[in-house]
Amino acid sequence: MTAAVAPSETLAALRETKPEKVTIVLLSGDLDKAMAAFIIATGAAAMGMQVTIFFTFWGLNAIRRKGAASSARDWLRRMFGLLNKGGAEHLPLSRFHFGGLGTSMIHSVMKQNRMPGVPELLRTAQDLGVQLIACTTTMGLMGISKETLIDGVDQLAGVSTYLAEARQGSVNLFI
Amino acid sequence: MPKADVRLDTLGLFCPMPIIHTSKKIKDLAVGQVLEVVSDDEGIKKDMPAWCEATGHELVGLEDDTINHKAAYRAFVKKRS
Repeated sequence: MTAAVAPSETLAALRETKPEKVTIVLLSGDLDKAMAAFIIATGAAAMGMQVTIFFTFWGLNAIRRKGAASSARDWLRRMFGLLNKGGAEHLPLSRFHFGGLGTSMIHSVMKQNRMPGVPELLRTAQDLGVQLIACTTTMGLMGISKETLIDGVDQLAGVSTYLAEARQGSVNLFI
Repeated sequence: MPKADVRLDTLGLFCPMPIIHTSKKIKDLAVGQVLEVVSDDEGIKKDMPAWCEATGHELVGLEDDTINHKAAYRAFVKKRS
C-alpha cells in the first residue's frame, strides 16, 4: 500500500533540500564591481539562496590579505605582485579613480552614509555562508599563493568546479 | 497598523543591509510572531515583499511614515516556519 502525500508537501520538501543556487564569477578587481557582486551575493544569501563566488584574475584582489607579499620566485611575477596591490580595502574605482583621489572621495561619502564597503560586505558574505572559491590557474599566473589569501576561502579550484556549480544555478553572473 | 512583537531599526542603512538584518533577526522570533522593520530606504517597498515571497514569511503590512522629517517605511513580517 502506498501512502498518499499531498503534492504541496513534497514540493515544500524538495525546496527544503534543494535551495536555489546563485553563482557569481568576479573577474574584476574594481571597487564598484566588487561591491555589486557582494551586494547581490549577500542579498541572495539573505533570501535563503545558496551562493558561490568564484574569484579569478583581478577579482582575486578582493580576497587577498592586506599587505601580503607576492610569493612568486621569478622576478617577473614578483614585480607583477608589487604593482598589483591586493586587499579588499584597496580596490580602485573602475572610473574616476584619479590616482586614488576619486576612490578616497567615494570612501568618505560611503562612510558618511553608513554604507558598507567591500571589507564589510565580504565579512557579511562569510557570515551568511557564501562560499568563496579562488581560481588556481589565475593565482599561479598572478603570483598569488594561498597563504596570501584571507582566511575562510572555502576552495581552491578550477573551471570544472565552477561549471558543476553553475549548471545547478538559477542565477549565474559574470562581473 | 499590525501589532509587532519585535522591532528592527534599519534607519540610515542602504540595500542590502535592511534585508540582511531582517533575515538575521527573524531567526530570534517564534513562528507566528511579527517583526516590524523600520527603514528609510525606499527600495524596501519592493524588496521586502520579494524577500517574503522567497523565504515564505508573510508580509502583513507595509506602511509609509515620516521619521525626523524624512520619508520612512514600516514593514510587518509574520514569521512562518
